[in-house]
Amino acid sequence: MDILYFAWVRERIGLPREQVETQAATVRELIAELRGREERYAAAFADLDALRVAVDQELTDFDADVTHAREVAFFPPMTGG
Amino acid sequence: MDIRVQEAAFDLGAETGRFALRQAGMGAVVTFTGIVRDVAGGLDHMEVEHYPGMTEKALTAMAEEAMGRWDLGDVLIIHRFGRMGPDERIMMVATASRHRKDAFAAAEFLMDYLKSRAPFWKKEHTGEVADWVAARDEDEDALDRWQP
Repeated sequence: MDILYFAWVRERIGLPREQVETQAATVRELIAELRGREERYAAAFADLDALRVAVDQELTDFDADVTHAREVAFFPPMTGG
Repeated sequence: MDIRVQEAAFDLGAETGRFALRQAGMGAVVTFTGIVRDVAGGLDHMEVEHYPGMTEKALTAMAEEAMGRWDLGDVLIIHRFGRMGPDERIMMVATASRHRKDAFAAAEFLMDYLKSRAPFWKKEHTGEVADWVAARDEDEDALDRWQP
């Protein structure tokens, strides 16, 4: 699955996107896997209140199913307009 | 409906004129324009990042929702990304309706949703410092009034 990062999440992790092999069933499980990788991931995912997630380009919550997801994106609250 | 996500600047007068011209039978056109503000002083430029693909989808869904909720003839949304200096235009929304109330309400609805539900992020560059603009609670709260 493709994982995308935007804004300060991208900066903290140090890349805009990557491909990961995962058995995670939900966004929360995926985050737990990513957190365990390296310190920069742990730092980026330290406070879930400061993060938003989109699965296949639809805004959703951390309990969303990712078993058939092609693309999961993590980013801070949006500031459009 | 006309939804554009682009790096290039746009001509507000020309866009508004074109939009108004193609509205047969519409008595009201409302436009809103967002402009880069130098809030703290010393802003060099702003950088707007977005999520290609999702941005277009999210804006289209918002415009469709507005068309369904109000008696609208048309909606235009232009939102820029990339680098912009103070006083440059970031985005515009235009709505056309037979009645002004619907045109105003739909424009406000679109702006409230654009602020917190369209995947854009702003970074302000001031001298050597660059900071991501934080989302405001008021913007999130503004969505409540549109709940059915």
